[in-house]
Amino acid sequence: MTDVLTEVVTPAWLEPVRRAGAERFEQVGFPTTRDEEWRFTPVAPIAQTAWQPAPGVVEGVTRAQLEAFEFGHPEWHTLVFVNGAFSEALSSMDAIPETVRVASLAEALRDGSGNGPADVAVLEAHLGRHAPVEASPFVALNAAAFRDGGFVHVPAGVELERPVHLVFVTTAEAEGTAAQLRNLIVLGRGARAAVVESYVSLAPEGRSFTNVVTEVVADRASWLEHTRLQREAERAYHVGFTHADQQRDSHYRHFSMQMGGALARHNHHVRLNDEAIETLMYGLYLTRGEQLVDNHTAIFHDQPNCNSWEVYKGILDDRSRAVFNGKVFVQPAAQKTDAKQTNRNVLLSPGASVDTKPQLEIFADDVKCTHGATVGFLDPVALFYAKSRGIPAAEAQRLLTYAFAAEVVDEVALEPVRAQLNRLVLARLNGEA
Amino acid sequence: MLEIRDLRASAGDKEILKGISLTVNAGEVHAIMGPNGSGKSTLAQVLAGHPAYEVTGGQILFEGQDLLELEPEARAQAGLFLAFQYPVEIPGVSNAYFLRAAYNELRKARGEEEIDPMDFMDLLEEKLQVVEWGPDIMSRAVNSGFSGGEKKRNEILQMAVLEPKLAILDETDSGLDIDALRIVAAGVNKLKRPDHATIVVTHYQRLLNYIVPDVVHVLANGRIVKSGGKELALELEARGYDWIEEDAAAAGAPAQVEAGA
Repeated sequence: MTDVLTEVVTPAWLEPVRRAGAERFEQVGFPTTRDEEWRFTPVAPIAQTAWQPAPGVVEGVTRAQLEAFEFGHPEWHTLVFVNGAFSEALSSMDAIPETVRVASLAEALRDGSGNGPADVAVLEAHLGRHAPVEASPFVALNAAAFRDGGFVHVPAGVELERPVHLVFVTTAEAEGTAAQLRNLIVLGRGARAAVVESYVSLAPEGRSFTNVVTEVVADRASWLEHTRLQREAERAYHVGFTHADQQRDSHYRHFSMQMGGALARHNHHVRLNDEAIETLMYGLYLTRGEQLVDNHTAIFHDQPNCNSWEVYKGILDDRSRAVFNGKVFVQPAAQKTDAKQTNRNVLLSPGASVDTKPQLEIFADDVKCTHGATVGFLDPVALFYAKSRGIPAAEAQRLLTYAFAAEVVDEVALEPVRAQLNRLVLARLNGEA
Repeated sequence: MLEIRDLRASAGDKEILKGISLTVNAGEVHAIMGPNGSGKSTLAQVLAGHPAYEVTGGQILFEGQDLLELEPEARAQAGLFLAFQYPVEIPGVSNAYFLRAAYNELRKARGEEEIDPMDFMDLLEEKLQVVEWGPDIMSRAVNSGFSGGEKKRNEILQMAVLEPKLAILDETDSGLDIDALRIVAAGVNKLKRPDHATIVVTHYQRLLNYIVPDVVHVLANGRIVKSGGKELALELEARGYDWIEEDAAAAGAPAQVEAGA
């Protein structure tokens, strides 16, 4: 893996983060299925491959090729990264308000991205401070090796009108390579923004590895709509770790879609650091073939009077597998917590399977916490109902599956993204994508 | 239109229909009554092809076609409609989308083109009047969060749009207050046509005050034990079901007595 560690930008203040990551990874190495957190998800195919560093921006990628991944809104603040490196030519950075930063992290680290000391202060305060290297060997590896990613800073009181879209594209040239990506999204007090992360591929047969860590900071009374779309090639490997820290009165709404990857793992941790915080997490995973998609979420209720609401749904076909682990920790101080977690899975094929584990650890007594998990086939009576109206069996199955997905897709706040996701789900169910 | 010959059906190991024969002609309304557990809802569901039941004997001819050979969707395309006793909720699919999909499938089966969405809206507007509803209901998810009465009205709306040759109403009156009952019954009456037929499955006579049957059949223990005119329903209302079952047992010709029973 040492090759991956080249070409990184490291200001002096970042050195301890890099070092801690490297040391930690040296110490623990890749996880195995003996590790409780990785019990159902063998990462041997990642660990045993001699990945080369991602080649970065290559010739021939055009804006037109990326249109399919946009949401019909090229004017959104769009940062495009090709094979792990920022491409200014493919990005769209018009009309970013003066006080707001939407920039390549590597560039910001290199020169303060023109904003000098102000950027450095934000970076130094937050980069590597929220996703601890102890959280996962992949976070440690990433801390040591990350090269680029999106840096979004919306300062206090600013409402960012246009959504930010971070697009991570893998091309055929990335075959056999690994990209280490790091995103930092910081919202100041009362700031509002929508950020979309897209992991996409121009090489449907490509075999590459993406290891990404996203740190999110939502200061007091901020409002963040955060969407994450993982649509990598179905032979690719994707490991992601997102950590969000929320402060008092903040509102964080997350939607996560996973449909790519031979093996795709996403950890999403959210810490509710103060009172009156709202956290909404929705997820959808669509798998087929031999895919394995794993979602681990953890919500830390540290303080009283907060609400978290989580719904993850899976649709599994062929011999694919899914893992869901949803932890909710309610600390003794976190009285009046209202937390609800749901994981529902539909199997479209008898060969598909799901390991689901809701895990509530509650140390406060005056709380309302519920969870539920289901795995099953489509309801035969509902199928019969649709068929009894003249809708053929295959179409009835598609209709009900689509309806199952729509319940979470409908929660995507940005209409163009929601519409695109609906089209994606339909196309997948029709066998077109 | 419909000819049922010695129909037998089971759920699991339990035989529920034990030899039902029944003929329904175009233009007729048949009521099927009977005590709980008599098999009347099973009969309705077997006609529509419910997967929970296995037909173990007999025949069903619908306009000369062997109905048992057809999948549920093909039965619907042939013109059969079951108004469910417990309509299914489909969160995530709008009523309008569902109904248009169904309507287009029936058109496709007849070799017609899909309807223009705007034309469908016009059609809906007209059909909504049958159940005295405004357009708001169409953007709600199918039966999702509907009250019991709304679900039954929605079944009649579907029936109005799909215009089946044979409509089977499975306990459509159960759980309805008097206003909803009136609306539902009026809807069914508005849809009556001389070339179509209706089977009304009900426990109570109440619905038959509104939808007047030509023939009333009484089911008990999986068999039709008595058939008569609409006055039979009134008699049942007055006297209950016990006398019918006793009469049937007393008069039971050997052929109607179950072996070992």
